[in-house]
Amino acid sequence: MEKFELLQPKGLREAVLALAEGDADRSTMVLAGGQDLLTEMKEHLAEPSLVVDISGLPQLAGIGEVKDGSIRLGANATIAQIAGHPRLRADLPILTEAADSIASPQIRSVATLGGNLNQRPRCWYYRNEEAFCLKKGGSVCYAAEGMNKYNAILGGGPSYIVHPSDMAPALIALDARVQLVGPDGDREVALADYYTLPSDGPMTSETVRANGEIVVDVIVPPQPQGLRSTYLKFKERESYDWALASVALAVVMDGGVVRHARMSLGGVAPKPWTVDVQGVLAGRPVNDETVAKVADLALDGAKALAHNGYKIPLTRGLIARAFQQLS
Amino acid sequence: MASSIVELKVNGDTVEVAAPDHFTLLEVLRYRLGLTGSKQGCDKGDCGACTVLVDGEPVLACLTLARLAVGHEVTTIEGLMPAHLRAGGTGADPVQEAFDRCGALQCGFCQPGMMLSARALLDREPNPSRAAIKGALSGNLCRCTGYTQIIEAVETAIAASTERAPDGGSR
Repeated sequence: MEKFELLQPKGLREAVLALAEGDADRSTMVLAGGQDLLTEMKEHLAEPSLVVDISGLPQLAGIGEVKDGSIRLGANATIAQIAGHPRLRADLPILTEAADSIASPQIRSVATLGGNLNQRPRCWYYRNEEAFCLKKGGSVCYAAEGMNKYNAILGGGPSYIVHPSDMAPALIALDARVQLVGPDGDREVALADYYTLPSDGPMTSETVRANGEIVVDVIVPPQPQGLRSTYLKFKERESYDWALASVALAVVMDGGVVRHARMSLGGVAPKPWTVDVQGVLAGRPVNDETVAKVADLALDGAKALAHNGYKIPLTRGLIARAFQQLS
Repeated sequence: MASSIVELKVNGDTVEVAAPDHFTLLEVLRYRLGLTGSKQGCDKGDCGACTVLVDGEPVLACLTLARLAVGHEVTTIEGLMPAHLRAGGTGADPVQEAFDRCGALQCGFCQPGMMLSARALLDREPNPSRAAIKGALSGNLCRCTGYTQIIEAVETAIAASTERAPDGGSR
């Protein structure tokens, strides 16, 4: 790891101003749990000269209910805290199931929600310091014609990364919003709109986070009565891994028909792939026919690369299983 | 080079070390404090050989900046037996005894991290299921044993801690 200076700011404002100085050229970066950033720095994919430690900022801490019945998840809530939260486990298992599925116990005890949402791609060309790929400002996506077993079947091009976050699809299925504080003030963005496709540019980022902005927390709005939810993730090895494909699903059934449904997919696209399934499901029962329609809609436009065709039937199967579980 | 004096609590002792900002906890433990029981395996969060306990939770020392450990209690493998003795026990920690008795090692490189992950589990949950044991050790890779003796060792440590309870329940 290259040398850097570590700044431990006294408050959020100081952190934002410090980050804003060197965010554009990535000479300043923020660290909370550090479970992704330190691996990037060790592989020389990130080489900041100043690292701003935001782990101690009280504004980013905690999980709790707010006045209107929303749940606020601080950006520094650890994945283990989310996984172990009794109220979330009872009411919103989609969140605890997603958290449980992430990495190893050691990483979950330190990794933060903010870091999970903002982690960089796992594509092995991106992670290989020898490969100057599109995501690093190069001109070639080596995955497009190369070893693309883990890459995107939806929304790809010119880069074919998949977004590695498990929390993001789960939170998007609950209509969560992310709150950012930056040098020019605060703003709130629907988490579904926080992520960008490579075709939206710039290639070196996966989100709309602007220079100097720090994710402070995520707000989960009050959910419709009777909501049931799940996060199903298929991974190559049982112990710990990123998703080959995952399905985050939240539904409300009423008298045998669907009243509310929201779905987002992980592991298949450069961003959490959110599908508007309300139209094909509202007022209809969950059966083989309607589930097949949902899967058709979700995979509309899916295009397999040479080595990732398996993701199409895998995703269809996961969607069917998620509906089976909740209906 | 940005450098500072870092005050850490390691195995019950307060120690001051001079370390550059970019040093990880693992580098400070091994190269400043000579505590080489924490292993530098992959050094990027995959293998778990560097697992230490921070406030009782297993964390990867290779992915923890030393300065972020300030104010927290760090336990390395070197501290496990002294802590057991301070708590009134005899011999090594029951987890260490069980790994020894079960031959739960070959090259030994993963063993300190394995034993600390097991210790954290048993402190939290004295009588875990086999599935919980596997889950707790899922971030520690072993390339020699095939894991069977390691899981047996944790179950042996549980049995040793619970055998004297009249109902066979938790200690």
